[in-house]
Amino acid sequence: MKDLSGWGRYPRLFGPLTTALTAASAARLTAAAPGVVARGLGRAYGDAAIGRDRTLAPAGLDRLQGFDPDTGLLRAEAAVSLDDILTTFVPRGFFPPVVPGTRFVTVGGMIASDVHGKNQHNDGTFGEHVEAFTLALPDGRTVRCARDQNTDLFHATIGGMGLTGTILDASFRLRRVDTGWIRQTTSVANNLSDAIGLLSRTSGATYTVAWIDVLARGAALGRSLILEGGHAARDELGPRQAPFPPARAGRVSVPFDMPSGLLNAKTVSAFNALYYRKGALRAGQTSLVPWDSYFFPLDGIARWNRIYGPRGFVQHQCVIPEERAEAVLSIILERLSQTGTGSFLAVLKRLRAGTGLMSFPMDGLTLALDIPVSERGLALLAEIDGLVSEAGGRLYLAKDACQSRETFEAGYPNIAAFHEVRRDAGALGHMSSKQSERLGL
Amino acid sequence: MSDAPAKSVLLVGGTSDIGRAVASAYAARGWHVTLAARNPEAADREAADLNARHEGARVETRTLDILETDAFPGFLDALPTLPDTVVCVVGAMGEQARAERDPAHAAEVLRTNFEGPALLLEAVAGRFAARGRGLIVGISSVAGDRGRATNYVYGAGKAGFTAYLSGLRNRLAKSGVHVATVKPGFVRTRMTEGMDLPGPLTAAPATVAERIVALEDRPRDVVYVLRRWRLVMLIIRAIPEAIFKKLKL
Repeated sequence: MKDLSGWGRYPRLFGPLTTALTAASAARLTAAAPGVVARGLGRAYGDAAIGRDRTLAPAGLDRLQGFDPDTGLLRAEAAVSLDDILTTFVPRGFFPPVVPGTRFVTVGGMIASDVHGKNQHNDGTFGEHVEAFTLALPDGRTVRCARDQNTDLFHATIGGMGLTGTILDASFRLRRVDTGWIRQTTSVANNLSDAIGLLSRTSGATYTVAWIDVLARGAALGRSLILEGGHAARDELGPRQAPFPPARAGRVSVPFDMPSGLLNAKTVSAFNALYYRKGALRAGQTSLVPWDSYFFPLDGIARWNRIYGPRGFVQHQCVIPEERAEAVLSIILERLSQTGTGSFLAVLKRLRAGTGLMSFPMDGLTLALDIPVSERGLALLAEIDGLVSEAGGRLYLAKDACQSRETFEAGYPNIAAFHEVRRDAGALGHMSSKQSERLGL
Repeated sequence: MSDAPAKSVLLVGGTSDIGRAVASAYAARGWHVTLAARNPEAADREAADLNARHEGARVETRTLDILETDAFPGFLDALPTLPDTVVCVVGAMGEQARAERDPAHAAEVLRTNFEGPALLLEAVAGRFAARGRGLIVGISSVAGDRGRATNYVYGAGKAGFTAYLSGLRNRLAKSGVHVATVKPGFVRTRMTEGMDLPGPLTAAPATVAERIVALEDRPRDVVYVLRRWRLVMLIIRAIPEAIFKKLKL
């Protein structure tokens, strides 16, 4: 029995884990018995990558299958990590079309969660860039899915949380970049309304995200730093800046669980206030940042999830439809600051509608929070879920650890269609995770 | 990239974890790599991976069964050019307990670790000597330094291979051909997965590969991938047999 808990380490779950070294064995293990789901690098925060009865780790599927430098088309096996892709291709002048907040995820995981990044409002989710993939089905067959081939399975698997079968490989295009540097501009929003306004303007930046101080109150409620970024061109670099800075080595690690109460209202509030003031000093300035620290600041700290202590934390990401966003986000922020349930990392971002059957994004605004696990914290999240549901929003399944079946069903309108595709593929009841059990999928 | 034509390496046993790391290290240096392996599908998979990873890489595959010794001369002569370097990573640990009661299994372990690699490198050596240059790298094992109850069939195969490489090196010393014996010690691979390996004595496949590719710049005779292994094996070899035979190692 292995500890299969997600990155948030809540809920704590153990179970058998089987490793596959080849596509043939991954396909065989997918078909072998029901109650299985694939797991990549285990960065889903909650219980999504834990099989109902057993978990399949296709860890050996880490080979690239081909790369065409003329078109940027990369074919890779499902367990190839984003980290591997970045360290291999950034120095060659290529960058993935979409990257999430950590580079320790696999190609298969990025498709199953249909991950998004800071460019989602411009470029969509990762799934929108996938041209084709191979899926191992519960009956032992492997099928190729593309935009013109097995299209139902194609659209159900993107964002389908591994519940249609096991992804064996995929192809998608990398984009050309001139350098490994990101040109970052910081601007300040004094309150939520300003922040939403700044996120909505079309500044031409490829990447836009807001860091939001969730503990600010009153007139400062929702004060934020808006961080815009774009890939820098060669001529923007200084004479001593290498076009492709090497990824940072020598990661520091959190060696043990910090005490669970360390992150309390006082410390988080102080941190947030400091971060906000530091950022505000840079307002209007443009700086060049290496790609890894721009996109993956937390990857520099191995096992950062331990700062929340042994009880773990819940990462909570909701999206609220455009027209209700400001009103509902105000209430959420007020509740957070009232209860003092601060979040180190609260991120606000504009999203556009996704294309997968079960994709998370919709036209609106998304708020991502880290909440340390406690009775009070979970109660607050349940309250927030109610607000999200009522506003017609939904929660991101890759981060979800505790939403109710009602919240889920209200948020995802295509559940019935998803159900049908899975039934036709023999995946219903066969491909099954702790999360799908919890949500009645 | 220089204008000189790319050098070429023949990697025998190219689908193992160590073989994969070695192939990657050579491809990263711009060498042409030929992977020889028993399973063509597995070899093609590794070649596709390397060709995708390394700009301008040219990694090709050939099918070769290390137990089919008669095929070696023909195999070498069919290569488009005689490679500059040959690295032999072939090996199989087998199962000691099974080898004790199943002579066919014992014979296969011995042949895979000793007979096949030795005869293949013998065929390479003759061709390299005729050309007057070349580097031969044989991956042997610390297990061949002294026979132990827990793995002496494998160890004996590696001991034979170590002796063969030593003899080849001696014979070719004045021919312009260099022969290197590499002893990786414990390596974290599929072959050792699930074993409880001591961290300070366990190397990553990439480290083994670095030490092998470094031989191109600075030829050495016997390489312990982790230097502390040299001391460990010195001590183990120094223990008198009367005592050694009673030890559990």
